[in-house]
Amino acid sequence: MSYRNDPYDPKQAALLDPAALESAVDEARKAFDAASDLDELATLKSAHLGDRSAVSLARREIGSLPPAAKSDAGKRVNLARQSVQGAYDSRLEELEIERAARVLVEERVDVTLPWDRRPRGARHPLTTLMEHMGDLFAGMGYDIVEGPELELEWANFDALNIGPDNAVRGSMDTFYVDLPGLVMRTHTSPGQVRSMLTRQPPIYVVSPGRAYRSDELDATHSPVFHQIEGLVVDEGITMAHLRGTLDHFAKAMFGPDARTRWRPHYFPFTEPSAEFDVWFAQHRDGPRWVEWGGCGMVNPKVLVAAGIDPARYSGFAFGMGVERTLMFRNGVSDMRDMVEGDVRFTTNFGMEV
Amino acid sequence: MKTSLSWLREFVELPAGLTAEQLDEALTNLGMEVESIVDQAATVKGDLVVGRVLTIEELTGFKKPIRFTTVDVGRSEPQEIVCGARNFAEGDLVAVILPGGELPGGFKIGARKTYGRNSNGMICSAAELGLSGDHDGIIVLAPDEATPGQDARPVVGLADVLVEVEITPDRGYEMSLRGLARELSYAFEAAYTDPAGVVVPSGAAGVPHPVSVEDTVGCDRFSARVVRGIDPDAPSPAWMQQRLVASGIRSISLPVDITNYLMLELGQPMHVFDLNRLNGGLVVRRARPGEKLTTLDGVARVLDAEDMVICDDTGPISLAAVMGGETSEWQPDTVDVLLEAAHWDAVMVGRTARRHKLFSEAAKRWERGVDPQLTLVALERAVQILTEHAGGTVDPAVLDIDHVVAPATITLDPALPAQRIGLAYDTSQVETLLGRVGCQVTGAGPLEVTPPSWRPDLLAPIDLVEEVARLGGYNDIPSLLPPARGGSGFTPSQRRRRTVGRAMAENGYVEVLSYPFVAPAAADQLGYPADDPRRSAVRLTNPLSEQEPLLRTSLLPTLLGTLKRNLGRGKRDVALYEMGTVFRPRLASAAPPVMGVDRRPSDSEWAAANEIVPAQPWHLAVVLTGEIEPAGWWGAGRAASWADAISAAQIALAAAGVSGVTVAAAELAPWHPGRCAAISVDGVVVGHAGELHPAVVSSFELPKRTCAMELDLDALPLPPVTQAPAISSFPPALIDVALILDASVPAAEVSAVLAAGAGSLLESVSLFDLYESEQLGENKKSLAYKLTFRAPDRTLTTEETLAARDAAVAAVGSRFGATLRGA
Repeated sequence: MSYRNDPYDPKQAALLDPAALESAVDEARKAFDAASDLDELATLKSAHLGDRSAVSLARREIGSLPPAAKSDAGKRVNLARQSVQGAYDSRLEELEIERAARVLVEERVDVTLPWDRRPRGARHPLTTLMEHMGDLFAGMGYDIVEGPELELEWANFDALNIGPDNAVRGSMDTFYVDLPGLVMRTHTSPGQVRSMLTRQPPIYVVSPGRAYRSDELDATHSPVFHQIEGLVVDEGITMAHLRGTLDHFAKAMFGPDARTRWRPHYFPFTEPSAEFDVWFAQHRDGPRWVEWGGCGMVNPKVLVAAGIDPARYSGFAFGMGVERTLMFRNGVSDMRDMVEGDVRFTTNFGMEV
Repeated sequence: MKTSLSWLREFVELPAGLTAEQLDEALTNLGMEVESIVDQAATVKGDLVVGRVLTIEELTGFKKPIRFTTVDVGRSEPQEIVCGARNFAEGDLVAVILPGGELPGGFKIGARKTYGRNSNGMICSAAELGLSGDHDGIIVLAPDEATPGQDARPVVGLADVLVEVEITPDRGYEMSLRGLARELSYAFEAAYTDPAGVVVPSGAAGVPHPVSVEDTVGCDRFSARVVRGIDPDAPSPAWMQQRLVASGIRSISLPVDITNYLMLELGQPMHVFDLNRLNGGLVVRRARPGEKLTTLDGVARVLDAEDMVICDDTGPISLAAVMGGETSEWQPDTVDVLLEAAHWDAVMVGRTARRHKLFSEAAKRWERGVDPQLTLVALERAVQILTEHAGGTVDPAVLDIDHVVAPATITLDPALPAQRIGLAYDTSQVETLLGRVGCQVTGAGPLEVTPPSWRPDLLAPIDLVEEVARLGGYNDIPSLLPPARGGSGFTPSQRRRRTVGRAMAENGYVEVLSYPFVAPAAADQLGYPADDPRRSAVRLTNPLSEQEPLLRTSLLPTLLGTLKRNLGRGKRDVALYEMGTVFRPRLASAAPPVMGVDRRPSDSEWAAANEIVPAQPWHLAVVLTGEIEPAGWWGAGRAASWADAISAAQIALAAAGVSGVTVAAAELAPWHPGRCAAISVDGVVVGHAGELHPAVVSSFELPKRTCAMELDLDALPLPPVTQAPAISSFPPALIDVALILDASVPAAEVSAVLAAGAGSLLESVSLFDLYESEQLGENKKSLAYKLTFRAPDRTLTTEETLAARDAAVAAVGSRFGATLRGA
């Protein structure tokens, strides 16, 4: 680089004076420190580090110095420039941190604002309760089976030892249709019959589903209701196995304190038969025994009608109302709430019950 | 079955301090459902004492005659009591409740001033004490029956405990004091006296009245005795009346009361004929079809060939086992009676009772089974009680036509109870328990068990197992889980319904479970054409509501009803879904083959039977109205539209894991013909979605633009095992194409043709703009698509990408005449 044409006057080499440099550094640092924002700092940068800044002009003066002095002066200028740059960098960082903090403050929102732009729906508690029950039995090695709601009269009654003279076959209890040999199933037990006709023991099944009885709808009855029935047919099955299964079921549904209590009863399809209560500690009216369902050992006549050898196999069956279970487990006081489809009822339960 | 504890105690030595709780538990564990146990003494609170009326002063000047009395209640001073009844005299013994007491129903007694006099208590009537209200006026006790001041409860019949239990249909013997006491003797291990244990004198030769039994299946035993010359005015003794009332049976006359009393005590229903009103001998036979009989309740009945009747020369005079007839019945002037105790076929009585809707106390017992060995015992007891209270002469001849078959012996493996119950019962325990219920047990290896005559329900070894388990105690049975045998849980279609249900709920739909009953008019409301297969529905023959006798063929009519109910309750934005079965009748409605129960139906029988069962596929439906996205502080809401309904179908199908879904315009009721989509999977239509037809909306009185979707879930193929995709790590190439097409070309088809034309490099195609303007030309539209290309193994070159784009455009060009916009 040639400075031949530079209007340089060696007498003006005063800028290289150590005191002058120090004062330039000092001045720059003060100016940077005083900058209140990044824009101001940018403006000051050209004043103190730009071509016309004191340290830049001082560098130009080096050329006018005698060669022996150049090296020393160069070092001084560089140190001074580095100091100014350092002052700038440190202020820049400070201001950037400040700005980032300010932006975060400025961007603050009210996170409590609601954002339910697409409200969630819900599944019916009877559906989720039946699934819950099904999951439990799936975990115990059962299959979950189902059958038609409009069912063969034979499967709903005869095969279950409910003879033609049984009062439940009357039109006061059973819905009949304009097709011969068919009824609206009065329980989910025909699902058991179908299982026994299509599988070989060991049979471990539960059949959750809808059933029909010609009762008027009121707070505790519904002509359309849900049941879950269980059936086990295997070698060596005893009433103790039935009890163990029901106790396990009860604990899973109603907590570790739950247990069952049996009362001898009569069902055509089981012998011996029992109704059972469950001890429900969390009942909203205090801990108590609650009627839950019916059970028993599969009547050998039922096994015969399904082609299973009652000398080799025995089995148990049980059944309970899903509505009834939901009523006392979840404190539903009126059957109609489960039937009418009011979204306020169902939404309350969400996705699980 | 309702009775009193004191009566039970006559036959079983129950513990003295038996509490209601202990009794309840014992009955429950025996298999009876306890309806109530009422301690009568506790129904009247405070002092209820015997009083002797000392003086009576008639008060006049009131609306009705009033008496002011002084009554000796065993205290130092007579009690002053005002009384409105008049059926008593000075010196009579009466029941008095003193101030501080309380009558049933919470009526508190105090000392008060009434009719200008002090009244310190009340003289009670039977009704006021909660006893039978048959008699007018207050209770007047028999002279010398009691002394003033003593507790009146035992004297008036208020000291007993009333027990009401429900008996299961297999245990007829429990419908009697005899059976209940026997059962309680097991529970308390108490001594039992069989009321049927009376000695029956062997009758003299001859018959008291000619009888022939023509049908010994319907009537396998017919016994009768005759008593002549009874006092027709003799009343039933008070103890008998009290027990009848306690059992809920009205007292009628001595002979009738005796038959009812013995029915309660022994379980043997009986009948009293007026001997002088019988015309000739009796014939027991089946009714002839069309024969008529006016029963005691005054109803003229047309008889069925299965009914059993008792006839005299005039024809049927009694509907056997169920109800007597008007002409032959005991009358207030009856002096000569024929008492009948028979044994009738349980099935016959059950059918007759149902046919004629006559569920009498007798019929309830016959249907459950009555001990056939009771007839002579009951007649002997009846004759004894009758002659004791009404005199008369007993005809020494006893009629007994007996065709009873002895109970069959059951061969029982003594190990069976333990094998079925899961509790170790050894042979001697089994023998003991069966002996306790009245069985004769012989044999050593297999036991030969003969059930008692009163247990017609004991027919098979398992019935005996139940008795062992029951008397051994159900609650002693251990709790043991069976070994797990390996199952498969839910089926794929069950899992799919769960996934679909969750998807619908997560997307804003609320599940409902409607009844499947619909009105015939629903088909018209939904606008089904005359030949629409959905009009063909199964009909209930005994619907709860005559208005809704059909089983649904679509989920929509009932779902729309539920939607309307929610709107009626103030909801405006409603999105519902339902998953349930619909019922599609088979075209041919043949009867299923007759299948017995003594063996498994053959495969062909079972298949033929299932052939007539209507198909009942699972459907999914949604209905929605109002805003699907509500307005809020963020701005306006968005009304639910046809597009949401179609989206619902796509959400469901995606959740079901179904691919190959296509959407096409369709016209199907109940949808708007221009806003209805057919949803297909692999070319098969599986459902429809869109906006409902305005006429349907108006017919169901729903908000305008209500939308709906219905899918046949069972028509969806179960997805195969999902294969993993190849994930390319090379960059995509994105190209937009804007096409000009006829407005009538469906966007879905354009997308499909673009995709097919673009070839294997295409990763995705998405429509990002729809534009219609006159500048495009009449009936033209512009669809703008973003095409994403990517290769699995390299970065695509511009040339490759453009070639694929051009191929796609060429395909829609040749198929739909589409041109590139701006080209």
